[in-house]
Formats: sequence, structure tokens, C-alpha cells
Amino acid sequence: MPQRRDTLKIPEQELRIFRVRALLAVLVVVVLTSLLVSRLGYLQIVQHDLYSTRSEKNRVRVEPLPPNRGLIYDRNGVLLAENRPTYNLTLVRERVDDLDETLSLLVDLLELPEEEIEAFQVRSRQRQRPFQPALLMSDLSEEQIARLAVNRHRLPGVEVEAQLLRYYPDADVMAHALGYVGRINAEELQELDPGRYAGTHFIGKTGVERFYETELHGEAGLRKVEANARGRVLRELGRTDPVPGANLTLTLDRSLQMLAYELLDGRRGSIVAIVPSTGEILAMVSTPGFDSNQFVTGIDVASYRALQEDIDLPLFNRAIRGHYPPGSTIKPFLALAGLVEGVITPDSTINDPGFYQLPNDSRRYRNWLRWGHGRVDMERSIAVSNNTYYYSLAHDLGIDKLHEQMTNFGFGQRVAHDVQGESTGLMPSRDWKRARFNQPWYPGETLSVGIGQGYWQVTPLQLASATAALANRGHWVKPRLALRIGEQPVPEELPDTLPDIELANDNWWDRVYSGMEKVLSGSEGTARRTGVGLEYRMGGKSGTAQVFSLGQDQRYNAEELEERLRDHALFMAFAPIDDPQIAVSVIVENAGGGSTHAAHLARAMTDAWLLEDDAPEVEEVKEVLEEDTANVEGN
Amino acid sequence: MPWQLITRSLRRYPTRPPDSGIARRKSVWERIHLDPWLLGMLLVLMSAGLLVLYSASGQRLDTVIAQAIRFGVALAGMVIIAQFSPSTFLRWAPLAYGVGLAMLIAVEIAGDIGMGAKRWLEIPGVIRFQPSEMMKLAVPLMVAAYLNRCQLPPRLRDIVVCAVIIGVPVVLTAIQPDLGTSLLVASAAVIVVLLAGLSWKLIGLVAALGAAGLPVLWMNMHNYQRQRVLTFLDPDSDPLGSGWNIIQSTTAIGSGGLWGKGWLEGTQSQLEFLPERHTDFIIAVLGEEFGLVGMMVLLTLYVMIVGRGLWLAASSQDTFGRLFAGSIILTFFIYVFVNVGMVSGILPVVGVPLPLVSYGGTSSVTLLAGFGILMSIHAHRRLLPR
Repeated sequence: MPQRRDTLKIPEQELRIFRVRALLAVLVVVVLTSLLVSRLGYLQIVQHDLYSTRSEKNRVRVEPLPPNRGLIYDRNGVLLAENRPTYNLTLVRERVDDLDETLSLLVDLLELPEEEIEAFQVRSRQRQRPFQPALLMSDLSEEQIARLAVNRHRLPGVEVEAQLLRYYPDADVMAHALGYVGRINAEELQELDPGRYAGTHFIGKTGVERFYETELHGEAGLRKVEANARGRVLRELGRTDPVPGANLTLTLDRSLQMLAYELLDGRRGSIVAIVPSTGEILAMVSTPGFDSNQFVTGIDVASYRALQEDIDLPLFNRAIRGHYPPGSTIKPFLALAGLVEGVITPDSTINDPGFYQLPNDSRRYRNWLRWGHGRVDMERSIAVSNNTYYYSLAHDLGIDKLHEQMTNFGFGQRVAHDVQGESTGLMPSRDWKRARFNQPWYPGETLSVGIGQGYWQVTPLQLASATAALANRGHWVKPRLALRIGEQPVPEELPDTLPDIELANDNWWDRVYSGMEKVLSGSEGTARRTGVGLEYRMGGKSGTAQVFSLGQDQRYNAEELEERLRDHALFMAFAPIDDPQIAVSVIVENAGGGSTHAAHLARAMTDAWLLEDDAPEVEEVKEVLEEDTANVEGN
Repeated sequence: MPWQLITRSLRRYPTRPPDSGIARRKSVWERIHLDPWLLGMLLVLMSAGLLVLYSASGQRLDTVIAQAIRFGVALAGMVIIAQFSPSTFLRWAPLAYGVGLAMLIAVEIAGDIGMGAKRWLEIPGVIRFQPSEMMKLAVPLMVAAYLNRCQLPPRLRDIVVCAVIIGVPVVLTAIQPDLGTSLLVASAAVIVVLLAGLSWKLIGLVAALGAAGLPVLWMNMHNYQRQRVLTFLDPDSDPLGSGWNIIQSTTAIGSGGLWGKGWLEGTQSQLEFLPERHTDFIIAVLGEEFGLVGMMVLLTLYVMIVGRGLWLAASSQDTFGRLFAGSIILTFFIYVFVNVGMVSGILPVVGVPLPLVSYGGTSSVTLLAGFGILMSIHAHRRLLPR
């Protein structure tokens, strides 16, 4: 550029000005640099601790290490509940570019119905903190895993994670006894210790799984990891290993349990078997069963509704919650009550004209045999299941003593040590009736109770427990499901065990047993057909429970209605009489009149337990059963 | 007046080095028109930058090599530019300015949009660059060239002309919008005017007007720009959003302490908590891994480069050289100050890279081109003062 003419350049002055300004610039540079240095000094020296902590918090993450749930075995060491590795589909939203696209791609790949997209969307939004994977789907099949692996590059943020999942090999048979685990729900989350359950997704919901939740769960561990800003774990800085849950050995015998399940053959009913001397529950079956494995991964709505609306109530645990009038099965207990209270002796008799009348009452309470059994003593009353004898006995005892004595046998209360969700049943009394109906107790009601009808309701477990106590000569051992927790055996003596039942003369036990033996082996025995060919001494008692009415909300078609109005068949038994090894209660709903059906099942159970390999096969039992049922119906 | 004392003391020094005589033989460095001290310090700085970059890039050698290649190209450019005599720059000033302005307008009309702003001009398959980057040099060059013609200190009329020269490209850059670059362009050019002897009264007046104009500026800012300012004032107001960067960078620096966590050992940097760790926020990596000591060494290096640059500028023989050289070196310092200031949380976040350390080609080329001009001005001496 040429110099302008009107200006007069004075180089000396311009240089001087520049030098002054340059010097000022140096000053500014120094001041600004000092400002930076003091800021850095403040951050790196004064505030160093604060920022070190912040940096550590960024870097170090504490991850819970969930303990492995304890396994469950039967008394012989057969695995009943195990942990199987399964593969879950998880998604980290922060790493997904287009959520909708990814989800629809997943649905395509896994060949799921379109509706699943919505469920996926809901599940993908559940999360605790950034970069925490959300569970989209459990239990992927091998084919699905392969498809995901092939398309991995198209699915950033989607991972297949291995997880141990509870699995029940004999789900339908064991469902009610074992219970099942399921995902921890919001309600349970509030109750749980967040430290112990930090990494745990499942909790025992019912049965043994729930009762022994604490023992089975174990103690959570934790590990400190270094993670980057995207949440990826880079290395482990330290860890406390989790303590796995204790393995549980149950008193259940898997083969006996299977047998009971097969014997019930899909009918509505229950079988409970107990070792009288130890209280060990050998079998506790309620049918129909259900596939408890479905509940582990989360049952779909349709299947759950189907189970809930099933007219046979497969989810209902009849063994511990089913209320049945015990019918004649309680006659031996009433006889014992009479002996304890001195109302009868083994040899005292009554004359049965076929009915019983209360004093000053014209109403006739009928024996099942219209013309009566004539002279009846205690043993015969049990063998032929005479009603008149027990009308008289109940009347003589009165409801108060009757209630007291039956309470000693465990009726109307929870009897077992570790059975989750057990019902009390109902043992009626004056007080109960007053509270329930605000009505006095009528003497006629005592007579109904005397033959196991009326208000009296028992659970199959109660009936088996009472039978065990009876077989044990009145000595109570609390029924239990756990044999060992880890290596620790469950003690025989447990708190809150019922007091022993004592008779004035110990031989009287044998007289009652003798009556019960005649049920099966006597010429007049109600279950004499079942007793054919017994290889050991067995005592039992049949029962028939009348179905009074149907619930109002139950809708049946005519054929079903007829079937469901038939009586429940009951049987209680123990064997061998000299050295009782097993006590059984059997209830088959609507199996029809008489003791045939239930008695055969009880015998099959005792045969299996006592004869082991020599016991008849299930098919044989079923054949005999069919034959007998036909005979009864033919009569 | 203390200033007069300083001026007087300065006057005692000769206007040019006493050894500049006909008889003296030119050294090798003078013949290739480079300043060995400045070049040496720049090389040290770039080497240190590559070292930090290796760590900041997540230990990616290819990134470091790419940067080294860029440095090589930029250094070559610097050496070539240094061979031109200052009078060439003086002659080309209007052309460079005019072309730059034309390209800025072209960007406004047909620019590429990147990161929500029109900054890039692209001749497909050939080159893609930011014209505003070029204006960092072209505008102060033009102002220096203009003032070279004037009597100094500049009169009001000249100042108005300068204001127009500066204002047009700055406004064009600001509406891209690229506030950071426009401020840097403006400051580079304003430094020229300041060095030329802008009167203190006027400086005071402009400062007052500037302060009064802040609300107007605020009103005209884009939302993301306002957000940056707000975040700067209180980073914790949005810790996972716009405050994240500054929280993570101060955490990185603060956790470094006096000696640092060691090279490649910075958890904030290596674990990717630090955003933009190999570009604008690279100083935080240095702060975390080398501590206050490392920071002091780097700042000292920068200050020494600035000192040497100012010395070279002051020893220039004519006004144009002095003004332009002074602007180049002081702008360099402003980059350093703004970058370190923003990363350490005393300035709002503006996109200013750390000179010769941050990863990126354009800024290195511009910077080293500037140093080339600086060396040219220093090394092309006339044997006799005009």
C-alpha cells in the first residue's frame, strides 16, 4: 500500500508507542497467566480432595453380587429345585440409537407377536439409573440366542446375559408342596433389606420356597468395579464374595409324592403322608397341579387367567387350604375322646335300632344302615362306621369336651412346623357359633359334629397329622417338611407342639387300633375290599363328606353339576399297626359314596412305603379301583 | 507519570540491534528466515502436545500420527511463508481480506451446516474449510496494512475505517453463528489498533459502550449460546446436560493435584468422563495426568513463546511488521488464556482449541502460518532503516 500523502509518519514516535503498548501487553499477559495459575492452584491444591472424591465416584461403581439360591432335595437326595443357567435379553437405552426401530427389529428376529413391542417398550423404560440394563425377555431359546448373535452389529445396546433361573424338574407334582419363586414385586421390595436383595431378582412366593426364603437366599456379596462413562466395566477393584443360600433337604419322598400324584389321576383331591414317629411329611399332594416353572419367568396373562378360571382350581392347595367335612374318618378320634373323658370304655356297648333320638325330641338321627347294627361296642362302631354309637357318644361328651379333645388332635388350628399358608380348618364350639352367628349351640348340632358333619371342617394335612398322633399312641411330633437346612437337622422337638394325649389304660390304644384294623380286615369292615391281601397290619377309617351346596358364583353344565354334587371320599390310615411307619390321609372330591375310592389310594400309599419294590404298580391299583367302583355303583 | 519513565528508559535502547551492520555476515537461521528460539519452543510444545494427545485420544496411535502429519504440513507451510518478505503480505492484504470476505458471504449463502451452524465452505472432493479461520489472519493483516499508511497514534477517522474493516467480517462470522471465532477475529484485529496507539480515552469509552451493549448481545444470542453462559455461571444447575463438560473438566483438573495421576493414568480422561478430551478440553487431560506441575510447565512454555514473539515483534523495523507480528503473538496468547480459562471454569465454554496441543488441522495451520509471518517479519531486515 502506498503511503498516504496527508500523513506524516514519525517512525520514532510509532516505535515508542508500540513499545509502551507491548510492555503493557506483557503486563496483561503476566496478570492473565497469574489468574490462570491461581485458578489451577485452587482446583488442584485447595480443592484437590473434593475433586479426587468426585473423580473416584465417577470411576468406581459398587455392584451387588447376588448369592446363588440354595437347592432343594427330597429325603433321598433327589433334586427337586435347581438353578439352571438361562439367557436373558437386556437393553441399555443409553446405547440404543433408535429405540423403536431396535424393538421392532428384536420382535422380528425373535419371531414374537406384534403385541410384544408394547410390552418391550414398557420394560425398556423400567430402570434404576443410567446405563443400567433393562430386562426385556427371560429364557431365550438357543435359536433365539443364535439369531441375536448373528445380528449383533445391528443391535447396539442389546445384550444377552446369562442368569441362573429356578427350575423345578417335577413342577406339576411338587408345585403345591415346594411353592415357587417369582420376580420381586413392588410391594415385596418395600419390605426387603435393600442390601441383601440388591442383586436378587427372585423371591420365594409360596410353599417351602417362601417359608425358607431367608435360608435359601444366602448373603449378597459385592464388588467394586471401575467403569467408564458409558457404564462399561473395565476391571474389578475388589470384591466380597456372596454366601450361597443353604441347600434344603426335605422330608418329602419324591417317588411317594409322584405315586400320590398319579393315584389321584387328575381328579380334584389331596393325599398327605406322614411318618408318625418323626412328623416327617413324606408326601403332600394337591391335584390338579400346575407348572410352577411358568411362574418363575413370569406367567403370561392368558395362561394365568386360564389357571385362575379353571373350574378345578389348580392353583388351590387342597392339602393345606382345602376345607372338608371329615365325615366318619374322625370316629376313632371321637372314640379316643370318649375314653379320655370316661364317657365310654372299650367294652361298653349301645343298642343301635338304626337311629338315635335326643331326650324329649322326636327327631330321629339316622344310622347309614337303616335297620341298625344292633349291639355295637367301640371296636365294632369303628369297623362298621356306626353312626348311632357316635351320636350317643357326642351327646354324652357335649360340645365343650368334644371341642377340647378334638383340639388336642390338632383340629381347628395350624399343626405343621414349616408349611407356608396352612389353614386352620374349623373346629366348631359354643364360643365360635356365638361369635359367628350370634346363636346358641343346639344339642342336635353336637350330634352332627359327632359324625364329622355340620360345621366341622378339616384339611387333609390336619387329618394326616391327627392320624399320625393317633398311630404314635398320642405322642405329638410336629409335622415338618424340612429334614435338614444345609447340614443342620431340624430338631425333633419343636416349640408349640401339642400336648400328648394320654389314656387311663395304655391297652386302649390297641383296642382302637383293632377297630381300625377291622375296617380293612374285618368281615364287616367298610373297606374290607381294600384290605384284601394285606401283607402287614393296617388300620384305617373311611369317610364320606356330603357336598351341601355349591358356591353361587360357580357355573356348571348339567353333567358337571351332577358330578360335583357327589360326595367326597375320604380315608385315613396308618401302618403297620405294631410299628407305625406311615400315616396317610386321602381326599378325593366328588368320588362318590362309600370309602372305596379313597381307601384304595391309601392302601397303595402304605404298600409303596412299606413294601417298596413289591408294591403293586399304579396301573394295577387303578384297575382294582375301576372294578370296585363299578361294583359299588352296581349295588 | 510512570509511563513516561518507562518510555524514557526505552528510548535509551537503539531502535535496532547494534549488530545489524553491513559488515555482519548473516547466520544460517537468518538466511532461511527462521528464528531458532521460537522454532525450538514451538517444536517442544508440539511434541508435548502429541504426548498428551496420545493419552487424550484413548491411546490411539493413528490419531497421534494424523496430528503429527498435520503438524508437518503446517510446519512446511510456516517455513514457506517465512520466505516471503513482509512487504508481500502488505501488498496482498487487501486481496486476502477481500477474498476472505467474499467467502464468508458465500458461506452465508451456500455453506455447509455442521453442528447447527454454517461454518464450512466446500469445493466437493477438493477442500473443505472454514473461511472464518482464514479471517483470523486476514483481518488483523488488513488493519495493520491500513494503519501502516496512517499517522500514529490513529486519528478518529482512521479508527472508524478500522472499525468497519473489523466489523463486517466479525458480524458475518457471528451470524453463522460462531461467536467464539468472531470474538477471536475481532480481538486479533483490535489488538492491532491497540498496539498502534489507540487513545486511552477511546479505550475507556469503548469499554463502557461494550458493557452497556452486553444486554443487547444477550438478546441476540442463540439459545445454546445463552445456555453456555448460564452453565458457566452455575454448572451444577444442569449437571448431566450442559453443565456436564465443565463439571467433568474441573473434576479432572482438580483430581490431578500437584503431581497428577501419571501419564495414561487419568481416570476422568481414560474412562471417557471428560468430553471433547482430545480437542477443546485436552488441557484437562494434562491437568489430571501431570498435575499442577505439568500445567505450570506448559503455561511457562506458552508464556516464553509469547515473550519471544513479542520480542521479535518489538525488534521489527517498520510499523506494519510490529503491529501485525504483535497481533499474531498476542492472539496466540488469547487462545491459550480463553481455552485454559474455559476448561478450568473461569470463562464460559466457547469453542477455542488449545494452540498446537488440541487435535485438529485447521487451527494448527493457521497458527503456524501466523508464526511463519512472524518469523518473516523478524528475519527480513533491511540493512538500513528507511
